[in-house]
Parts: sequence; C-alpha cells; structure tokens
Amino acid sequence: MELTGADIIVRFLQDEGVDHLFGYPGGAVLHIYDAIYKQDKVKHILVRHEQAATHAADGYARSTGKPGVVLVTSGPGATNAVTGIATAYMDSVPMVVITGQVPTPLIGNDAFQEVDTVGITRPCVKHNFLVKDVKDLAETLKKAFYIATTGRPGPVLVDIPKDVTADRTKYIYPKKVEMRSYNPVVKGHSGQIKKAVTMMLNAKRPMIYTGGGIILADAAKPLADLAHQLGFPVTNTSMGLGGFPATDKQFLGMLGMHGTVEANMAISHCDLLIAIGARFDDRVTGKIEKFAPSARIIHVDIDPASISKNVTVDVPIVGDVNSVLKAMIAQLKESGRKPDGEALAKWWEQIEEWRAKECLKYSTKGKLIKPQYVIETLYKVTRGDAFVTSDVGQHQMWAAQFYKFDKPRRWVNSGGLGTMGFGLPAAMGVQFAHPKATVVSINGDGGVQMNIQELATCMQYGLPLKIICLNNGFLGMVRQWQEFFYDERYSQVHVEAQPDFVKLAEAYGHVGMQIEKPEDVEKALKEAFAMKDRLVFMNFLTDPGENVFPMVPAGAGLDEMILI
Amino acid sequence: MRHIISILMENEAGALSRVAGLFSARGYNIESLSVAPTEDPSLSRLTLVTRGSDQIIEQITKQLNKLIDVVKLLDLTEGPHVERELMLIKVKASTGTQREEIKRLCDIFRGHIIDVTDKSYTIELTGNVAKLDAFIETLKKEEILETVRSGITGIARGDKALHI
Ligand SMILES: Cc1cc2nc3c(=O)[nH]c(=O)nc-3n(C[C@H](O)[C@H](O)[C@H](O)COP(=O)(O)OP(=O)(O)OC[C@H]3O[C@@H](n4cnc5c(N)ncnc54)[C@H](O)[C@@H]3O)c2cc1C
Ligand SMILES: Cc1ncc(C[n+]2csc(CCOP(=O)(O)OP(=O)(O)O)c2C)c(N)n1
Ligand SMILES: [Mg+2]
Repeated sequence: MELTGADIIVRFLQDEGVDHLFGYPGGAVLHIYDAIYKQDKVKHILVRHEQAATHAADGYARSTGKPGVVLVTSGPGATNAVTGIATAYMDSVPMVVITGQVPTPLIGNDAFQEVDTVGITRPCVKHNFLVKDVKDLAETLKKAFYIATTGRPGPVLVDIPKDVTADRTKYIYPKKVEMRSYNPVVKGHSGQIKKAVTMMLNAKRPMIYTGGGIILADAAKPLADLAHQLGFPVTNTSMGLGGFPATDKQFLGMLGMHGTVEANMAISHCDLLIAIGARFDDRVTGKIEKFAPSARIIHVDIDPASISKNVTVDVPIVGDVNSVLKAMIAQLKESGRKPDGEALAKWWEQIEEWRAKECLKYSTKGKLIKPQYVIETLYKVTRGDAFVTSDVGQHQMWAAQFYKFDKPRRWVNSGGLGTMGFGLPAAMGVQFAHPKATVVSINGDGGVQMNIQELATCMQYGLPLKIICLNNGFLGMVRQWQEFFYDERYSQVHVEAQPDFVKLAEAYGHVGMQIEKPEDVEKALKEAFAMKDRLVFMNFLTDPGENVFPMVPAGAGLDEMILI
Repeated sequence: MRHIISILMENEAGALSRVAGLFSARGYNIESLSVAPTEDPSLSRLTLVTRGSDQIIEQITKQLNKLIDVVKLLDLTEGPHVERELMLIKVKASTGTQREEIKRLCDIFRGHIIDVTDKSYTIELTGNVAKLDAFIETLKKEEILETVRSGITGIARGDKALHI
C-alpha cells in the first residue's frame, strides 16, 4: 500500500520507538499534524514556543539517553527552534528535529514562511537533510536517527517540503542504514591503551578528569571500577556531574572556573592527567599554558577533533569511553601490577590539605536567604535523588556545587551554549520521560522568564514539576562580573520590575510560594515536595550580593582562584 | 605551511557549502578550491589549498573528516604529488609585434592560443602555481585583459589513490 509522506513520517516514528514528539503546528506541517491526529502511539506534546520544544526534547534525551524528537513548521517555527538546536549541539545531545518547508516548486522564491532552514542550521547541527522526494523520506529519517545517536551524539535536522508530505510511495521501515561516509570508531587502539595503563601505574600524582562523555556513553560503572581499582582522585566537568558519585571519597568536586580548590589545585599539580570524555573547554582550563603544566596527558574521546584541539596530549585514544574503560580495566588486571601506593598516599595527603580549606563554605549570617543554603536543603529534602535541571547563571553554579549527584543523567543543564530559558522546558522533557520521578528545575529570576509561558504546557499535561526560582533581583552572574572586573559599575543587570511570581504561577493554575526567611526554607521545600501531583513554583528571595566562589578570573590559571 | 587537501565527498546538494561554512566558521583560510564530480557520479572530488601551523592543519583535517558527507581525505602535501592549475588568460594583441611576442612567450611556456580576434589572444596554460605566476609576470601588465584560474587540483604520485 502506498502512504503519504506525512503518514510515512508518523509510521516511521512509531517504528523507531519514539514515544514523545515535542512540537508546534503550522501551515507547512499540516499534513503531518493530520497524520498525528489519526494515531495515538506517538504522543505529541504541544508546547507554547518552539524553543521550548527543543529544550524539552533535549531534557528528555539527556535524562534517558534516547533521542529527543521535535516537529516544527517552516520559517518562524524553524528559526524559533534554532537556539534549542544550538544548545543540544554544544552539549552533544542526540536529537532529531523535523521542520516543515514550503513546497519544493516554491523553494527559493521567498515564499510565505520560507527560510533556508538547512542553511541557517548548518553550523549548529551534526548533520541536516532536505528531503526532495518522498521515496527518500524513510531512509533519510533513519539516517537522521542513526547519525544523531551514534558516535559523538548531536542534533540532526530533516527539512521536509509540504508537497513531499502529500506525495505517496510504498513504506518499508528501514531497519538499518549504512553510510560509507560515516563510521564512528568505537574500539580504542590497544597499543595506546596499554601505554596509558603503564603510565597510570607509574604515576606519582595522577588525576582523573571526566566529562559529559561518561554520561553520554553510559560509562559511570566502568569509570567507578577503574577509579576504585587505581585509587586515583576524580574530578568532573559540570557536564560530567553524576558520572562519578559525588559522595565518593575519591571525588574532588567540579573543576574549572567555579571548581573546588582541591580539584583545581590537583589539576595544577598532577603529573598525569587522565581525561575521559571531556573536551578541555576554556571554562575548565583557564589559561591554557597554566593548565596541568607538569602533567603528561592521556585523552580518551570518541571525536578525534576533540583531541589536541585546545591542549596537546601525549596519549590520544579515539574510541567510546565505555569500551576503552573496560579495555583499560582488563589491561590493568593483565599487568598484575598495582599503582605506586606510597606516592599515592603522599598525593592524597596533599589533596586533603586542599580539601580542608572547605572552599564552598559560605556565611550564613544575616536575615537574607543564602542561595547555597536553598540548594543544600533541597539536596537534603529530596535525599539527593531528584532529577535536577538548571537554567544559566549563578544559581546554575550553586546547583552544580551543592547538589551532590551520585547517578548519571540526573543533572541537566546547558553547559556549552549557556542558554538562559533552558531550565523550565528541559524539566518538562525530563518529567515526560520519568513521569513518577521527582523533577526539580532550578532557575534565576532572569532566565525563568525567558520561557515562563511553558507553565501553560505544564498545566495542560499535569506535570508536577518543582520549580525553584533563586530570586536575587539581578542578572546575578553578570552582576558578579561587573562587581569583580568593572569596579561595580552595574550596567543593566538590575531586574527592577518583576512579576508577582506567586500570582503568576496561580494564573497558570499552579501553586505559588514565596519564601523570604532562612528559617522558612526547609519547611517550604518539604511542603512543596509533599504536593506530589502539583506543580509548585517556589520564589526564594535570596541575598542579592551573594557571589559564586571559588572563581578563576578569565585568563588566569586554575591555581589563581578568587576565594571567599 | 601551505597544504593541499584532497577530499572525496558525497555529491550531494549543499556538500560544498558545508566545507566552505566550516572554514569560515572556524576562521581557517581557503586559498583556492576546486570541485567536480568523479568517474563515479555519486562522488565529488574537492581540492583545497590552505595554510596553517601543524596544529591548525590537524584540526582542519579532523573537522573535515567529521563532516558526514566527507568519505575520505588526503593531505597531498604529506607525500610526493603532482599539482596543476589551469589558467585562461586574455591579452591585448593588436599590433604585429605584440602578436609575435605573445605567440613566442606562449610557446616557451607551452601554452595554447585557443581564441583569436584582431585585438586579442586567449591563451590556455596549465602548470603549477609558480609557472602560471611566472607567465603572468612575463606579460606586461597593460596587455592583460582578463585572467581566470581554476584553483589547484592535485594527485598523489605513484600507485597510491584516493578512492573507495
Ligand atoms: C555560567 C557557566 C559557568 C560554567 N562554569 C563551568 C565550570 O566552572 N566548570 C566546568 O566544568 N564547566 C563549566 N561550565 C560548562 C562549560 O561551559 C562546558 O560546557 C563544560 O565544561 C564542558 O564539559 P565537557 O568537557 O565534559 O564536555 P561535553 O560538552 O560534555 O563534551 C563531551 C565530550 O565527550 C566526548 N564524547 C561523547 N560521547 C562519547 C563517548 N561515547 N565516548 C567517548 N567520548 C565521548 C565528546 O566528543 C566531547 O568531547 C559553565 C557553563 C556556564 C553556562
Ligand atoms: C539567552 C541568554 N542571554 C544572555 C545570557 C548571558 N547571561 C548569563 S548568566 C546571566 C544572568 C542570569 O540571571 P538570572 O537568571 O537571574 O540568574 P542568576 O545569575 O541571578 O542566578 C546572563 C544575562 C545567557 N547566558 N543566555
Ligand atoms: Mg537573578
């Protein structure tokens, strides 16, 4: 039987096992929405802005490992989705975005709602396609899913002109695709792995630095095994949090611009740096010349272009971290050797000295709520077992520092692009993927307003999110930079007029709470979390002068942190 | 250093703009670029000339390889290779002595006159960059009406071949 392109798209999504589709309709995708109407296997989530569709799909993907899927119309639908696509691209999130396009005969004519979607998104997707013939449709969609989810994951966009969704052809689900031009490497080079293990065994001051790659590869288990067998200290990037249990003694916390003293000092003094699924981002390295200056470096990454991009490494290993870590463990066993215990003991002694500085300690004096205290209490109240999404700003860093993630895929934040407006819609995607789980979204008063309209989506689908707004009345992260580096010239960072967030939440049909005193924090959180089936928006009025410490100023080395 | 990177890629609409876009987005420079389908019409062969430190060239080749449409690539400058560029050049040739002199130069450089009017010659010349540059240098500036160069193409010497 021949199906229309629209039916093929929906049938394909069903066959591919897609259960949620985040989208927003429009002219170019009318046929597709008609096909969606006629079935109930793929659940369509109607957001209130296309940016939110992409962030929700992103949250779905990060918290499950499955690709997030988005459907938007041509023109403004596609351009509204761009920020979310770029966000997913920077953080290597598997996502497939289907965009409607004007009919093929009109392409290039400045037709109604026409933009060059493939051209606009080219620099922020892993790959994109324009489907010009319905006969190519199913296979192209399969390629999109295959590319998005393999190798270094990323968003893939498929632009489909309206006439292609009306044309008919036979549909057979393509179970497999092969592409001569795309074959990601999985297995690491055995000689390099052997060399790396020997270096680990000989190291005096080793340091394991892991990132988002551990989460993306679902490699938390082999990482913990290797780290425990070696007894080496571990630090995570902000993208890697949860990849190694934060409550483990061997964990030194996050490194980088707002990393801990122990992590940053250990990086600065180690003699062997083992980088696994991390990409030496400038927020992590600080001044490159001062990054791990006395270390030899091993770097495991599935993307050869990540290796020796910012920092030249001694032992590059291209491959999937899951497979490489297992090979390292096997190699370690085969060697029959143990790491240098005496040297390690001395190294740990030094690390404990740094750790004793308790760099995350903050003052609890005063009548104002300290944002750090809210996160600490949140950790306590949720017993460290919630899914936490975050927006971008100071609150994001406090969440990263104070919520101790023991499991992967629990911490969802925009690291690479730093997209304000991410936190709330991303939490929706997480909640759709885990309907029974506790999902918290931590936001600032600035960013939460960038996609606040999604409170309506949450109402429509009964999402019981717990939304925390750390309201300091400022675009706090920018204010902090102006305080430190621009002599307190606070330019356009005071958010003077704010909505009444309690009434706003109520207007959308949710529960709103305002918390103004430190002694009310715990009680309020407990109360909110007891409302299992309601969305609760908690507006915490926090100390506006609070800053994120430690901080490595731009251009400084990791050992040149500003401390409280 | 100057590198000639030869790329075998899917002959898809937009493939070329992915390469060009990569260079502009990452701030690499392209000195020249030439592209055409191969004997297998599903594949294009693209040759580009770029400059950069070893570290930059390493990133360029890695980033190019990462493009989904790129099937294979080779840095020709890493081994013995032949490089050629085609030039079409239109020159003023109105007086008898002018015509004589240009014809003579053209023969020395082993070019061909491929179009003739009573005021001009159009010459076809193939060679490496230095040879084409030298020819232009030899002609007097005021004699040149128009220059068209194809950009460099190249191939490895010996049995080594970039194919799938
Ligand atoms: C306000 C703000 C402040 C920030 N401050 C900090 C900070 O202090 N510290 C910090 O760490 N970050 C900070 N960030 C985040 C930072 O910008 C980067 O996003 C982050 O450091 C990158 O993490 P990553 O190196 O783990 O890379 P990711 O972006 O997570 O990349 C993952 C790497 O793993 C590789 N990979 C993927 N899959 C696999 C696989 N299967 N096998 C092997 N490798 C794989 C990829 O190729 C890639 O190289 C901040 C962000 C913001 C917005
Ligand atoms: C879309 C977008 N615009 C601007 C920025 C720059 N920026 C980074 S943090 C920040 C302030 C965020 O303020 P708020 O949401 O109140 O969080 P806070 O830092 O106060 O916790 C800004 C403006 C950004 N990251 N994203
Ligand atoms: Mg704020």
